[in-house]
Amino acid sequence: MTNLTVSRSTPASTIAMVALGTAIIILFAAPWWAGRSELRLLGEIFLYMSLATLWNFLAGYAGLVSVGQQAYVGLGGYMFFAATIFWGLSPLVALPIAALIGAAISAPVAALIFRLRGAYFAIGTWVVAEVFRLTFAQISALGGGSGTSLPVSVAQSLADGRDAREALTYWLALGIAVVVIGAVFAFLRSRRGVALMAIRDNELAAKSLGIDIWWTKFTVYVVTAGLTTLVGGLIFLQKLRISPDAAFSVNDSTAFVIFIVVIGGIGTLEGPILGTLVYFALRETLADYGTIYLIALGVVAIAIMLFAPKGLWGLIRGHRGTELFPLSRRVRGLTEKGQ
Amino acid sequence: MDWINAIIQGALLGGLYAMFAAGLSLIFGVMRLVNIAHGDLIVLSAYVALTTSVGLGLNPLLALVIVVPVMAGFGYALQRLVLNRTMGDDLLPPLLVTFGLSIIIQNALLMGYSADPQKLQAGPIETASVNLGPITLGVMPVMVFAIAVAVIAGLQWMFYRTALGRAFRATSDRQDIAQLMGLNRAHVFGLAMALSLAVTAIAGVFLGIRTSFDPAAGASRLIFGFEAVIIGGLGNLWGTLWGGIILGVAQTLGAKINPGYQILAGHIVFLLILAVRPRGLFPRMDG
Amino acid sequence: MPDPIISIQGLDAHYGDFQALYGVDLAVEPGQVVAVIGANGAGKTTLMRSISGLLKNKADAIRWQGRPIGALRADQIAALGIALVPEGRLLFPSLSVEENLIIGGQLGRKGPWNLARIYQLFPILQERRNVPATALSGGQQQMVAIGRALMSNPELLMMDEISLGLAPVVIKSIYEALPDIVGEGLSAIVVEQDIAKALSVSSHVVCLQEGRVSLTGGSGELSRDEISKAYFGV
Repeated sequence: MTNLTVSRSTPASTIAMVALGTAIIILFAAPWWAGRSELRLLGEIFLYMSLATLWNFLAGYAGLVSVGQQAYVGLGGYMFFAATIFWGLSPLVALPIAALIGAAISAPVAALIFRLRGAYFAIGTWVVAEVFRLTFAQISALGGGSGTSLPVSVAQSLADGRDAREALTYWLALGIAVVVIGAVFAFLRSRRGVALMAIRDNELAAKSLGIDIWWTKFTVYVVTAGLTTLVGGLIFLQKLRISPDAAFSVNDSTAFVIFIVVIGGIGTLEGPILGTLVYFALRETLADYGTIYLIALGVVAIAIMLFAPKGLWGLIRGHRGTELFPLSRRVRGLTEKGQ
Repeated sequence: MDWINAIIQGALLGGLYAMFAAGLSLIFGVMRLVNIAHGDLIVLSAYVALTTSVGLGLNPLLALVIVVPVMAGFGYALQRLVLNRTMGDDLLPPLLVTFGLSIIIQNALLMGYSADPQKLQAGPIETASVNLGPITLGVMPVMVFAIAVAVIAGLQWMFYRTALGRAFRATSDRQDIAQLMGLNRAHVFGLAMALSLAVTAIAGVFLGIRTSFDPAAGASRLIFGFEAVIIGGLGNLWGTLWGGIILGVAQTLGAKINPGYQILAGHIVFLLILAVRPRGLFPRMDG
Repeated sequence: MPDPIISIQGLDAHYGDFQALYGVDLAVEPGQVVAVIGANGAGKTTLMRSISGLLKNKADAIRWQGRPIGALRADQIAALGIALVPEGRLLFPSLSVEENLIIGGQLGRKGPWNLARIYQLFPILQERRNVPATALSGGQQQMVAIGRALMSNPELLMMDEISLGLAPVVIKSIYEALPDIVGEGLSAIVVEQDIAKALSVSSHVVCLQEGRVSLTGGSGELSRDEISKAYFGV
């Protein structure tokens, strides 16, 4: 008799999880070892990593290709500003409130735009983002089309002194990245996650297994929207200033994020993380070139899509299916039996 | 009277939107491709017209003779060299590739022409108008509308009365069996994109004559075209014209209430129609 | 023995990791009708898809008048004069009956077949030429599918399960048209599950079993036992 066991972890994934834990501890200590500008950059990296993971969750796992996630980034920023300025909430309370509002608003939006299929869904999400942008441009209490700044008192209420404030903002960014990646990981390991991957692989077969496709995708959309709103709130806490064009910018919140996911590897958890690191490495070295840099990003994204559609992570993992995040179940004991 | 005037102006504007939409509708109908760079290609056409009309001292209307074949050729090459490699069951590759293309076009235009708004100068015809009782109609808007109707009638005729249209419909129905008839799918797709960009070129030139444009103007043109397609019903060319008209009227009426509401009103009417009639107002019967 | 118009040697075919054909050999001489028989899943349709270019092959696995054509695209194969009546007819639903026929002839190859000849062969199609092709009955749709293939004036006509799903009386009338079609000097490969039907129209028969040729010979020379052994593998 051979013993067949099913497990998810592999030696590679165990090592990776230990390394990840260590990295998080080192990064947590960054305010003590990094300079102010590095800290800001790291914070930005974590926010983009979160956006990329969320977009990948939506497009790479649920097949909901959105080019309108800036709707929720901007909504998060505005809700955070509104909650602190008008309702006098502390920033740490305002952030989760903004996330809840984002999730609540995304539910009727989903019900509406889920009527569009495939690529038309994508443009539909963009229309929604435009509606949000044009609507906030009409709200004069939030500065209308020219936008508004976060009052100094709100920023000061976060923590005493500039260093402490920046450290806290950084920890929030690190925390949200851990929460987002952890939440997506947990979702994918759950029953719902298995259902989601079944839908991705074969929608018809999944349906015949009794999986409610609409409801599963709806859940993913709403969860993603809520978390994207949360990230949006943090982005504008870091920026301290908001305007409709900046808040609902398709370039900043969606184009770069799509680039990150495509270059890293769509449909894997590792891809967006790797892609974020590559993107920031490129940006920090080439951003002085302005428009040429953006053209180059577009060319690289097209080339990757044409010649290596699984992205850099797809090239690295090759055919062996290496996973740093233990997601797939593997049957053990079969090879011994075969020999 | 102002309101009636606004409705008429909106309807005429809708002709332009219908031309934005016709190109999108055509390639979706033939190969299920949604081109995210469509709006940027409209704006690119306007810039090509700007360069030819300024460079050769031509009226932009005459520049059409150059812009249309240039864009059609570009479309054919784009499809054969790039987009055909992405065609398949997975809709993500064409979507992301055209998204990348959109960013490339925008930034290339920014480099070549700067962010300053430009306009095509068509001469006295731009301001000419005729009075019909209390209503004043601009000659240019009426001409754009008439051309939109002609373009859509032409596409309709091509689709249902010519060998090319037959090839498009057959390929749209069953790609592999169409190959058995001796139709080279790659070539048929190339022709569809060429035709789509020929229409796009016409739309771009008239966009440039009617309003000023800048390298970032493409996104909203894509969205207007898309809204007209969905309002009219997928796969229905005449429906697309109606979609454009409804969108144009919604925008001018919105602007009448408050200039800030112009674009918003169009989006809201689109979302309302999506909520009430998700298949559009004129869905295709055989679809 | 005349040179074959088409000769297939050692043809393999794959769907992803699944291999559907293993080293299939087959040859058709000019004017000959070859029947391909076999149970469901034996690889008959895969063979048709390979020959017509819908599945990619090694270039020299298929030779047309001596020339390797295995790696050509389907539209290039069609231009050589190889036409397929696909299993399940697969007409173009947005085209009328007449448009389906016209598009079959869009390559413009010269030969005896044109709209008038097709309407002469199947008069009912002329009556219904302006209706959408998929609004016809199954038998009439099969006539359109055959007519569509003939319109290209092929030298080799391949018919995949043309009697599938049709009433016996309709099958009979379609097969009655077959001598008229083959009488024009073209060669044909007829795929059939109905062995008696296959033997009656062909001069040569090839039996497939699980992707391999299990029997081949003259249609009149094979015994029932040989055939059923090759067919079912018992």
